[in-house]
Amino acid sequence: MHELAVTQSVLDIALRRAAERNARRITDLYLVVGQWSSIVDDSVQFYWDIISEGTIAQGAVLHFRRVPAELTCLDCGQVYQPTSEELLCPQCASTRVRLRQGDELRLEAIDIE
Amino acid sequence: MPQRVPVVENILSANDRLALENRARLDAAGVFAINIMASPGAGKTSLIEHTVRGLTGKLRLGMINGDIATSLDADRARAAGAAAVQINTGGDCHLDAVMVQSALAQLDLSALDLLIVENVGNLVCPASFQLGTHKSVLVASIPEGDDKPYKYPGMYRGVDAVVINKIDLLPYVPFRMDYFKQGIAALNPGVTQFELSCRTGEGLPAWLAWLEAQVREYRQAR
Repeated sequence: MHELAVTQSVLDIALRRAAERNARRITDLYLVVGQWSSIVDDSVQFYWDIISEGTIAQGAVLHFRRVPAELTCLDCGQVYQPTSEELLCPQCASTRVRLRQGDELRLEAIDIE
Repeated sequence: MPQRVPVVENILSANDRLALENRARLDAAGVFAINIMASPGAGKTSLIEHTVRGLTGKLRLGMINGDIATSLDADRARAAGAAAVQINTGGDCHLDAVMVQSALAQLDLSALDLLIVENVGNLVCPASFQLGTHKSVLVASIPEGDDKPYKYPGMYRGVDAVVINKIDLLPYVPFRMDYFKQGIAALNPGVTQFELSCRTGEGLPAWLAWLEAQVREYRQAR
Protein backbone atom coordinates (compact mmCIF):
# COMPACT_ATOMS: atom_id res chain seq x y z
CA MET A 1 0.00 0.00 0.00
CA HIS A 2 2.95 2.33 0.52
CA GLU A 3 4.59 1.34 -2.75
CA LEU A 4 4.38 4.84 -4.21
CA ALA A 5 6.56 6.26 -1.42
CA VAL A 6 8.94 3.34 -1.75
CA THR A 7 9.15 3.68 -5.54
CA GLN A 8 9.78 7.43 -5.27
CA SER A 9 12.65 6.73 -2.87
CA VAL A 10 14.13 4.15 -5.24
CA LEU A 11 14.05 6.68 -8.06
CA ASP A 12 15.59 9.43 -5.88
CA ILE A 13 18.44 7.18 -4.76
CA ALA A 14 19.11 5.87 -8.28
CA LEU A 15 19.11 9.34 -9.86
CA ARG A 16 21.46 10.68 -7.17
CA ARG A 17 23.92 7.81 -7.58
CA ALA A 18 23.78 8.04 -11.38
CA ALA A 19 24.43 11.78 -11.24
CA GLU A 20 27.54 11.16 -9.10
CA ARG A 21 28.90 9.07 -12.00
CA ASN A 22 27.69 11.45 -14.72
CA ALA A 23 25.60 8.65 -16.20
CA ARG A 24 23.50 9.32 -19.28
CA ARG A 25 21.10 6.49 -18.62
CA ILE A 26 20.05 4.02 -15.95
CA THR A 27 19.23 0.67 -17.56
CA ASP A 28 18.66 -1.71 -14.63
CA LEU A 29 17.95 -1.53 -10.89
CA TYR A 30 18.50 -4.39 -8.44
CA LEU A 31 16.18 -4.40 -5.43
CA VAL A 32 16.26 -6.67 -2.39
CA VAL A 33 12.82 -7.09 -0.88
CA GLY A 34 12.22 -9.13 2.25
CA GLN A 35 8.94 -10.98 2.68
CA TRP A 36 8.17 -9.07 5.89
CA SER A 37 8.75 -5.68 4.29
CA SER A 38 5.24 -6.02 2.83
CA ILE A 39 6.11 -4.63 -0.58
CA VAL A 40 4.30 -5.86 -3.69
CA ASP A 41 6.59 -6.05 -6.75
CA ASP A 42 3.82 -5.43 -9.28
CA SER A 43 2.79 -2.21 -7.56
CA VAL A 44 6.36 -0.92 -7.51
CA GLN A 45 6.65 -1.73 -11.22
CA PHE A 46 3.34 0.03 -11.90
CA TYR A 47 4.41 3.23 -10.12
CA TRP A 48 7.89 2.99 -11.60
CA ASP A 49 6.59 3.15 -15.17
CA ILE A 50 4.76 6.36 -14.29
CA ILE A 51 7.23 8.25 -12.13
CA SER A 52 10.42 7.37 -14.04
CA GLU A 53 8.99 8.87 -17.23
CA GLY A 54 11.05 11.79 -18.46
CA THR A 55 14.07 10.91 -16.27
CA ILE A 56 17.28 9.15 -17.31
CA ALA A 57 15.82 6.05 -15.66
CA GLN A 58 12.84 5.86 -17.97
CA GLY A 59 12.44 2.33 -19.29
CA ALA A 60 14.93 0.86 -16.82
CA VAL A 61 14.29 -2.73 -15.80
CA LEU A 62 13.53 -3.44 -12.15
CA HIS A 63 14.98 -6.71 -10.83
CA PHE A 64 13.51 -7.96 -7.59
CA ARG A 65 15.37 -10.38 -5.36
CA ARG A 66 12.76 -11.73 -2.97
CA VAL A 67 14.02 -12.84 0.44
CA PRO A 68 11.74 -15.21 2.37
CA ALA A 69 11.38 -14.63 6.12
CA GLU A 70 13.59 -17.04 8.07
CA LEU A 71 13.78 -17.42 11.82
CA THR A 72 16.48 -19.00 13.96
CA CYS A 73 15.49 -20.74 17.19
CA LEU A 74 17.75 -19.51 20.01
CA ASP A 75 17.11 -22.67 22.01
CA CYS A 76 17.71 -25.50 19.52
CA GLY A 77 19.29 -23.69 16.57
CA GLN A 78 16.62 -24.73 14.07
CA VAL A 79 16.32 -22.42 11.05
CA TYR A 80 12.84 -22.29 9.56
CA GLN A 81 10.37 -20.27 7.54
CA PRO A 82 7.36 -19.15 9.60
CA THR A 83 3.84 -19.48 8.26
CA SER A 84 0.93 -17.09 8.61
CA GLU A 85 -0.42 -19.32 11.41
CA GLU A 86 2.74 -20.27 13.28
CA LEU A 87 5.86 -18.45 14.37
CA LEU A 88 7.15 -20.81 17.07
CA CYS A 89 10.06 -23.15 16.44
CA PRO A 90 8.60 -26.22 14.68
CA GLN A 91 11.20 -28.45 16.36
CA CYS A 92 11.05 -27.44 20.03
CA ALA A 93 8.10 -24.99 20.16
CA SER A 94 10.27 -22.26 21.65
CA THR A 95 9.18 -18.63 21.35
CA ARG A 96 12.82 -17.54 21.73
CA VAL A 97 13.45 -16.93 18.07
CA ARG A 98 15.17 -14.29 16.00
CA LEU A 99 14.64 -13.07 12.45
CA ARG A 100 17.60 -14.12 10.28
CA GLN A 101 16.38 -12.52 7.09
CA GLY A 102 13.23 -11.22 5.48
CA ASP A 103 12.89 -7.57 6.53
CA GLU A 104 15.20 -6.16 3.83
CA LEU A 105 14.19 -3.21 1.69
CA ARG A 106 17.33 -2.16 -0.17
CA LEU A 107 18.49 -0.89 -3.50
CA GLU A 108 21.59 -3.02 -4.05
CA ALA A 109 22.94 -1.82 -7.38
CA ILE A 110 22.15 0.02 -10.58
CA ASP A 111 23.45 -0.40 -14.12
CA ILE A 112 24.32 2.86 -15.84
CA GLU A 113 25.60 3.98 -19.21
CA MET B 1 28.51 -0.76 -22.21
CA PRO B 2 26.51 -0.63 -18.98
CA GLN B 3 28.44 -0.30 -15.78
CA ARG B 4 27.26 -1.88 -12.52
CA VAL B 5 27.28 0.57 -9.59
CA PRO B 6 26.85 -0.89 -6.11
CA VAL B 7 24.44 1.18 -4.03
CA VAL B 8 23.43 -0.83 -0.94
CA GLU B 9 21.17 1.81 0.51
CA ASN B 10 18.03 1.31 2.52
CA ILE B 11 15.24 2.49 0.31
CA LEU B 12 13.59 4.55 3.02
CA SER B 13 16.84 6.11 4.24
CA ALA B 14 15.71 9.62 3.29
CA ASN B 15 12.70 9.22 5.56
CA ASP B 16 14.91 7.82 8.32
CA ARG B 17 17.21 10.86 8.10
CA LEU B 18 14.26 13.24 8.39
CA ALA B 19 12.97 11.23 11.33
CA LEU B 20 16.29 11.87 13.08
CA GLU B 21 15.83 15.59 12.47
CA ASN B 22 12.36 15.43 13.98
CA ARG B 23 13.83 13.63 16.98
CA ALA B 24 16.48 16.31 17.41
CA ARG B 25 13.83 18.99 17.31
CA LEU B 26 11.75 17.22 19.96
CA ASP B 27 14.81 16.68 22.12
CA ALA B 28 15.83 20.33 21.85
CA ALA B 29 12.43 21.24 23.28
CA GLY B 30 12.40 18.38 25.79
CA VAL B 31 9.22 16.85 24.40
CA PHE B 32 8.70 13.10 24.72
CA ALA B 33 6.80 11.71 21.74
CA ILE B 34 4.97 8.45 21.05
CA ASN B 35 3.68 7.04 17.78
CA ILE B 36 0.39 5.18 18.19
CA MET B 37 -0.42 2.68 15.46
CA ALA B 38 -3.30 0.26 14.96
CA SER B 39 -5.75 -1.09 12.43
CA PRO B 40 -8.87 1.01 11.82
CA GLY B 41 -11.33 0.56 14.66
CA ALA B 42 -8.92 -0.87 17.24
CA GLY B 43 -9.54 2.12 19.49
CA LYS B 44 -6.60 4.49 18.94
CA THR B 45 -8.71 7.59 19.27
CA SER B 46 -10.59 6.27 22.31
CA LEU B 47 -7.32 5.37 24.01
CA ILE B 48 -5.94 8.82 23.22
CA GLU B 49 -9.06 10.53 24.58
CA HIS B 50 -8.73 8.59 27.82
CA THR B 51 -5.02 9.33 27.93
CA VAL B 52 -5.54 13.06 27.43
CA ARG B 53 -8.22 13.15 30.13
CA GLY B 54 -6.14 11.04 32.49
CA LEU B 55 -2.96 13.08 32.12
CA THR B 56 -4.30 16.63 31.74
CA GLY B 57 -3.15 18.61 34.75
CA LYS B 58 -0.11 16.34 35.17
CA LEU B 59 1.45 16.81 31.76
CA ARG B 60 1.08 19.34 28.97
CA LEU B 61 -0.17 17.36 26.00
CA GLY B 62 0.02 17.79 22.26
CA MET B 63 -1.39 15.66 19.47
CA ILE B 64 -0.69 15.04 15.84
CA ASN B 65 -3.45 13.10 14.11
CA GLY B 66 -2.96 11.39 10.80
CA ASP B 67 -6.16 10.78 8.95
CA ILE B 68 -7.01 10.10 5.37
CA ALA B 69 -9.55 12.89 5.00
CA THR B 70 -11.30 14.18 8.11
CA SER B 71 -10.40 16.13 11.23
CA LEU B 72 -12.74 14.10 13.41
CA ASP B 73 -9.96 12.57 15.49
CA ALA B 74 -8.20 15.88 16.10
CA ASP B 75 -11.54 17.38 17.13
CA ARG B 76 -12.01 14.59 19.67
CA ALA B 77 -8.50 15.12 21.03
CA ARG B 78 -9.00 18.88 21.29
CA ALA B 79 -12.30 18.38 23.05
CA ALA B 80 -10.45 16.22 25.57
CA GLY B 81 -7.95 19.01 26.24
CA ALA B 82 -4.89 18.63 24.01
CA ALA B 83 -3.25 21.00 21.53
CA ALA B 84 -3.95 19.14 18.31
CA VAL B 85 -2.76 19.34 14.70
CA GLN B 86 -4.47 17.37 12.00
CA ILE B 87 -2.59 15.93 9.05
CA ASN B 88 -4.82 14.84 6.22
CA THR B 89 -2.65 12.43 4.31
CA GLY B 90 -4.80 12.82 1.21
CA GLY B 91 -5.17 9.09 0.77
CA ASP B 92 -1.73 8.05 1.96
CA CYS B 93 -1.92 5.00 4.15
CA HIS B 94 0.66 6.07 6.73
CA LEU B 95 2.36 9.08 8.27
CA ASP B 96 5.93 9.76 7.24
CA ALA B 97 8.67 11.95 8.67
CA VAL B 98 7.93 14.81 6.26
CA MET B 99 4.32 15.06 7.37
CA VAL B 100 5.34 15.02 11.02
CA GLN B 101 7.98 17.68 10.36
CA SER B 102 5.36 20.08 9.01
CA ALA B 103 3.02 19.28 11.90
CA LEU B 104 5.78 19.96 14.44
CA ALA B 105 6.16 23.43 12.94
CA GLN B 106 2.53 24.15 13.83
CA LEU B 107 2.90 23.26 17.50
CA ASP B 108 4.45 25.30 20.29
CA LEU B 109 6.82 22.57 21.48
CA SER B 110 8.05 24.67 24.39
CA ALA B 111 4.54 24.40 25.87
CA LEU B 112 4.46 20.58 25.72
CA ASP B 113 5.70 17.63 27.79
CA LEU B 114 4.17 14.77 25.82
CA LEU B 115 3.35 14.59 22.13
CA ILE B 116 1.04 11.83 20.96
CA VAL B 117 1.16 11.04 17.25
CA GLU B 118 -1.84 9.09 16.04
CA ASN B 119 -0.90 7.25 12.89
CA VAL B 120 -3.28 6.31 10.07
CA GLY B 121 -5.32 3.19 10.82
CA ASN B 122 -3.36 0.48 9.04
CA LEU B 123 -1.45 -2.63 10.12
CA VAL B 124 1.06 -2.72 7.27
CA CYS B 125 2.56 0.55 6.13
CA PRO B 126 3.14 2.67 9.26
CA ALA B 127 5.71 0.17 10.54
CA SER B 128 8.11 1.04 7.71
CA PHE B 129 8.18 4.79 8.28
CA GLN B 130 10.15 6.17 11.21
CA LEU B 131 8.69 9.47 12.43
CA GLY B 132 11.25 10.54 15.01
CA THR B 133 9.10 9.70 18.02
CA HIS B 134 10.80 8.17 21.07
CA LYS B 135 8.53 5.16 21.48
CA SER B 136 5.96 3.43 19.35
CA VAL B 137 2.84 1.73 20.61
CA LEU B 138 0.57 -0.73 18.83
CA VAL B 139 -3.07 -0.88 19.83
CA ALA B 140 -4.56 -4.31 19.16
CA SER B 141 -8.14 -5.24 19.98
CA ILE B 142 -9.94 -8.45 20.80
CA PRO B 143 -12.47 -8.43 17.90
CA GLU B 144 -9.62 -8.22 15.35
CA GLY B 145 -8.73 -11.80 16.17
CA ASP B 146 -5.79 -13.59 17.76
CA ASP B 147 -3.94 -14.17 14.48
CA LYS B 148 -2.82 -10.58 13.90
CA PRO B 149 0.80 -10.98 15.07
CA TYR B 150 1.15 -13.84 12.60
CA LYS B 151 -0.42 -11.92 9.72
CA TYR B 152 1.30 -8.59 10.36
CA PRO B 153 4.70 -9.47 11.83
CA GLY B 154 6.32 -6.24 10.67
CA MET B 155 3.99 -4.20 12.82
CA TYR B 156 4.47 -6.28 15.96
CA ARG B 157 8.25 -6.41 15.63
CA GLY B 158 9.01 -2.73 15.76
CA VAL B 159 7.01 -1.44 18.72
CA ASP B 160 7.91 -0.69 22.35
CA ALA B 161 4.50 -1.52 23.80
CA VAL B 162 1.38 -3.42 22.80
CA VAL B 163 -1.99 -2.31 24.18
CA ILE B 164 -4.66 -5.01 23.95
CA ASN B 165 -7.93 -3.09 23.92
CA LYS B 166 -11.58 -4.18 24.28
CA ILE B 167 -10.87 -6.96 26.78
CA ASP B 168 -14.48 -6.55 27.95
CA LEU B 169 -15.38 -8.43 24.74
CA LEU B 170 -13.34 -11.54 25.63
CA PRO B 171 -16.39 -13.51 26.80
CA TYR B 172 -18.17 -12.90 23.50
CA VAL B 173 -15.61 -13.52 20.77
CA PRO B 174 -13.23 -16.40 20.11
CA PHE B 175 -9.79 -15.12 21.04
CA ARG B 176 -6.97 -17.35 22.27
CA MET B 177 -4.93 -14.97 24.41
CA ASP B 178 -2.09 -17.52 24.82
CA TYR B 179 -1.80 -17.98 21.03
CA PHE B 180 -1.86 -14.20 20.51
CA LYS B 181 0.82 -13.68 23.15
CA GLN B 182 3.01 -16.48 21.80
CA GLY B 183 3.08 -14.64 18.50
CA ILE B 184 4.11 -11.43 20.24
CA ALA B 185 6.77 -13.27 22.25
CA ALA B 186 8.33 -14.66 19.09
CA LEU B 187 8.31 -11.32 17.28
CA ASN B 188 9.10 -8.92 20.08
CA PRO B 189 10.40 -10.67 23.20
CA GLY B 190 9.79 -8.84 26.45
CA VAL B 191 7.73 -6.04 24.88
CA THR B 192 5.62 -4.13 27.42
CA GLN B 193 1.96 -5.17 27.25
CA PHE B 194 -1.29 -3.76 28.60
CA GLU B 195 -4.68 -5.40 28.64
CA LEU B 196 -7.43 -2.84 28.97
CA SER B 197 -10.86 -1.68 27.95
CA CYS B 198 -11.49 1.92 26.97
CA ARG B 199 -15.19 1.22 27.44
CA THR B 200 -15.09 -0.01 31.04
CA GLY B 201 -11.85 1.72 32.06
CA GLU B 202 -10.35 -1.57 33.26
CA GLY B 203 -6.57 -1.59 32.91
CA LEU B 204 -6.28 2.10 31.95
CA PRO B 205 -4.46 3.18 35.14
CA ALA B 206 -1.50 0.87 34.37
CA TRP B 207 -1.21 2.32 30.86
CA LEU B 208 -1.35 5.91 32.16
CA ALA B 209 1.22 5.15 34.87
CA TRP B 210 3.58 3.63 32.29
CA LEU B 211 3.26 6.63 30.00
CA GLU B 212 3.86 9.06 32.84
CA ALA B 213 6.90 7.05 33.90
CA GLN B 214 8.25 7.16 30.34
CA VAL B 215 8.04 10.95 30.31
CA ARG B 216 9.65 11.14 33.77
CA GLU B 217 12.53 8.86 32.77
CA TYR B 218 13.04 10.81 29.56
CA ARG B 219 13.35 14.05 31.49
CA GLN B 220 15.72 12.57 34.04
CA ALA B 221 17.97 11.27 31.27
CA ARG B 222 18.30 14.73 29.70
